[in-house]
Amino acid sequence: MTANPQTALEIAADVRSGSRLAAAVIEPYLAEIAQREGEIHAFNEVLADGARLEAAAVDRRVAAGEDVGPLAGVPIALKDNMCTRGIPTTCSSKILEGWKPPYDATVVQRVAEAGAILVGKTNLDEFAMGSSTENSAFGPTKNPLDTSLVPGGSSGGSAAAVAAGFAPLALGSDTGGSVRQPAALCGVVGLKPTYGAVSRYGLIAFASSLDQIGPFTNTVADAAALFDVIAGHDEKDSTSIPEAIAPITPHLEDGAGGLRVGVISELTGSGPLADGFEPEVLAQTQAAAEALAAAGATVSEVSVPSTIYGLSAYYIIGPAEASSNLARYDGVRYGLRVEGAANTKGMMIQSRTAGFGAEVKRRIMLGTYALSAGYYDAFYGKAQRVRTLIINDFNRAYEDFDVLLSPTSPCVAFPFGAKDDPLTMYLNDVATLPSNLAGHPAISVPFGSGRNGLPVGVQVLAPMLGERRLIQVAAVLEASQNGAGQ
Amino acid sequence: MTEVEQPVSATMLSSWASISDVPREQGALPDGWEFVIGLEVHAELATKTKMFSPARNQFGSPPNTNVHPVCLGLPGTLPVVNGFAVELSIRLGLALNCTVQRCVFARKNYFYPDMPKDYQISQYDRPLNISGWVELASGHRVGIERAHMEEDTGKSTHVGASGRIHDAGYSLVDYNRAGVPLIEIVSHPDIRGPEEAKAYVGELQAILIAIGSSDGKFEEGSLRVDANISVRPAGSDELRTRCEVKNVNSLRSLGRAITYEGKRHVDLYEAGEHPRQETRHWDEAGGRTRAGRSKEQAEDYRYFADPDLVPVDPSPQWIEEIRAALPSLPRDRRIALVAMGADAKAAAIAVDRDMDGLAVEAINAGADPGRVLTQVVNNLAVDGADTLDSHNFAELVKLESGGKLTSTQAKTVLAEMVVSGRAPTDVAIELGFEAMDSSSLESVIDGLIADNAEEWERFVGGDDRERGKMQGFFTGQVMKLTKGQADGKAVNQILQGRRNRQ
Repeated sequence: MTANPQTALEIAADVRSGSRLAAAVIEPYLAEIAQREGEIHAFNEVLADGARLEAAAVDRRVAAGEDVGPLAGVPIALKDNMCTRGIPTTCSSKILEGWKPPYDATVVQRVAEAGAILVGKTNLDEFAMGSSTENSAFGPTKNPLDTSLVPGGSSGGSAAAVAAGFAPLALGSDTGGSVRQPAALCGVVGLKPTYGAVSRYGLIAFASSLDQIGPFTNTVADAAALFDVIAGHDEKDSTSIPEAIAPITPHLEDGAGGLRVGVISELTGSGPLADGFEPEVLAQTQAAAEALAAAGATVSEVSVPSTIYGLSAYYIIGPAEASSNLARYDGVRYGLRVEGAANTKGMMIQSRTAGFGAEVKRRIMLGTYALSAGYYDAFYGKAQRVRTLIINDFNRAYEDFDVLLSPTSPCVAFPFGAKDDPLTMYLNDVATLPSNLAGHPAISVPFGSGRNGLPVGVQVLAPMLGERRLIQVAAVLEASQNGAGQ
Repeated sequence: MTEVEQPVSATMLSSWASISDVPREQGALPDGWEFVIGLEVHAELATKTKMFSPARNQFGSPPNTNVHPVCLGLPGTLPVVNGFAVELSIRLGLALNCTVQRCVFARKNYFYPDMPKDYQISQYDRPLNISGWVELASGHRVGIERAHMEEDTGKSTHVGASGRIHDAGYSLVDYNRAGVPLIEIVSHPDIRGPEEAKAYVGELQAILIAIGSSDGKFEEGSLRVDANISVRPAGSDELRTRCEVKNVNSLRSLGRAITYEGKRHVDLYEAGEHPRQETRHWDEAGGRTRAGRSKEQAEDYRYFADPDLVPVDPSPQWIEEIRAALPSLPRDRRIALVAMGADAKAAAIAVDRDMDGLAVEAINAGADPGRVLTQVVNNLAVDGADTLDSHNFAELVKLESGGKLTSTQAKTVLAEMVVSGRAPTDVAIELGFEAMDSSSLESVIDGLIADNAEEWERFVGGDDRERGKMQGFFTGQVMKLTKGQADGKAVNQILQGRRNRQ
């Protein structure tokens, strides 16, 4: 991918200094979209006219001597489950097709205040439920590296947009790996922040206790810059962390010297999950560990035993919360309403039947069952206890290690239709979802290639609010790659 | 986790001792049966904004004007707890002698068009207030299981032939009420009849208003009652099948609904049948309850802790600040009046009418407690009574007690004082009131005895009932002849004196 190789930080520096106009910056991105979007389908909506207007406004403010913000003039793509005032926000679902929110999500406000230019709303698995973007009601997104392959999901559109050079920045949401896994499959950087670090206000909920918004970028430095813009307390989100969150960008070059790195044995070839990982992916993870050791880190294996139960717990808790969060799409107030039913209940049933896709219905049914009287303790209650075990296991590991390491995804990008069985698809999240259950941050950084020369993502995990450690380590991995490539 | 226990006070213990002596309600059911009633009272909290949304909490606005993306449940919105609603709820918890604890909001999931999210944020296994009690004017205590916070639903209007949902052509929904903060007060099944139920709800209403937690208006829906009603053979301790009666919109309806439902249960049992556990609706016009959905088919609400909210953990300092700022409660005000010598029933009425402050001040100014309360109960249920100057009022009572004014004159003077705010002596002089001296009173009575010999015989020689009747006759005649200026007490003394001399 050589289209639009500039980083977000380079663009912002140019625009802020007045050496380039934002109006000039935006055009090659819009041109690239015009050329390849028909093939890739990264977007549900491209906002070319709006982007040009916003860029012109940035240029006027720069000319007037104003501080336009750290992302001045940088194009950004937003996953289409983040509310944008007056702009359709669909969750790639027929039930919300055409719905225009009357308000902006907090992250949308923050990136706008930082000077970023919104180029479009990106495709996703319907309501963020999926790992391939095949579950979009508006058709799948294709992997820009090989359009016969999926981009991963659920934030496949955002990952593809960055990988294709449609925008240097994108935001996705990560409930069980939906930022990190598509980042790995598309060869870009994806960060899942600490739960509560980034406001969820205006993010259309899938599973409230797991959802977190995070950046897609081409470089670790851009991911840190975007995190610094979107992180911080929001009084509109009761689960947002009340304390100030320190910027992580200053730690980009802290290096790996002296850091204790633990490679999670359950996710790197040992135990019951061993067979699920492609050997090339495991080999690259091993190479990443060696690169960190070469940079001065102490690397050893660590067991986080309860991670093997994460998948089961996740597929109870996520659907349970979703079954409640998605109840409001009933045809009464907004979105799809099927006319002609005999009564209100019939209208609700027909609207939901027509409006939701198969995967969404499957999870609503799973979650409804898991919360039902008589089953609550056996399913939801037990899953919450597993969650506590996972947190305890991680915390024990962090007594001895600063960060943990694993593959992001068990495999590289796969062909459309290759994982039609839902359980096979769910296994894609096995390495990523433990961080969501624990509320901990994790980053996926491209590291080498696997089967068919496709990119591999390596995941770095850290304890609560350990984002600065993540970018510190990810930057070392990134630098070792660049060295290897030369 | 912080739990603050209500300290046990001396008055609490002494009141407990007297509970068994309190006569319990009887007579609303056929002999041999008694009621077992538990009430769920919903009160809208008197906040400016809603429970989780910045939209206004205001009754009577045009439809869908007090709304915001959050209380409309628009996709992506999140609830934020209204701290003042929590404070008003803690006030109530303290006033109901509850333990105030760290609490968790839970989602109650069911589909209904006037509920924007198709779930209601309520509290389930960790409510804010638990284990309290409320003491009624009778001295009976009703246990409070819990008083928890939740959000109200919107209102549907079914447009069609009858206004009922099953044949409505379409429905209109007003979300102004959706998200209005509610406190739900759940009693133990400690209530034994319709009058006791009314007294309980009346007491809750008085407390809610006194502490400023709610305006307590039935007519605006800020107070709503669901009654769980069952009956059992009198004196047994079993709990039989209960029915939940909804749609009870006034104290009067509550009494009627309970009486109707209790008799329905007794009729069923006496016919060898059993009531079904079900929700029933009170039909005010028809004076009866009607079956709603059966509890066997009831919704499974799939409660779980709301992941969008964090637990509310009121600090002990905050709770103590709220406790310290609580105004005097109706029960304590009644106790204070009784301690000053007032009759319990009269004290209850005075507090109910918010006239106890005046009574206390008048008694403190030296007026006779019994006479003060008699005046408050009998003659001050009038507009403007709250403006009465307590010193003037005390003076009036003293004039009456001292024989300077008859009770009839005192009543007239008091009425004028309420209107004009003038001092009692000024009013009495202007009206020419001066109690008759006893010698002229005696001559009036002697004349009456002479003119009504037959009635006098019946007074002297009759049984108690006859004597009472004739005493009334002579007193009435005296008042008529003296145009009400005679002192009733003096008349009685003279009548008794004449009779003893016979």
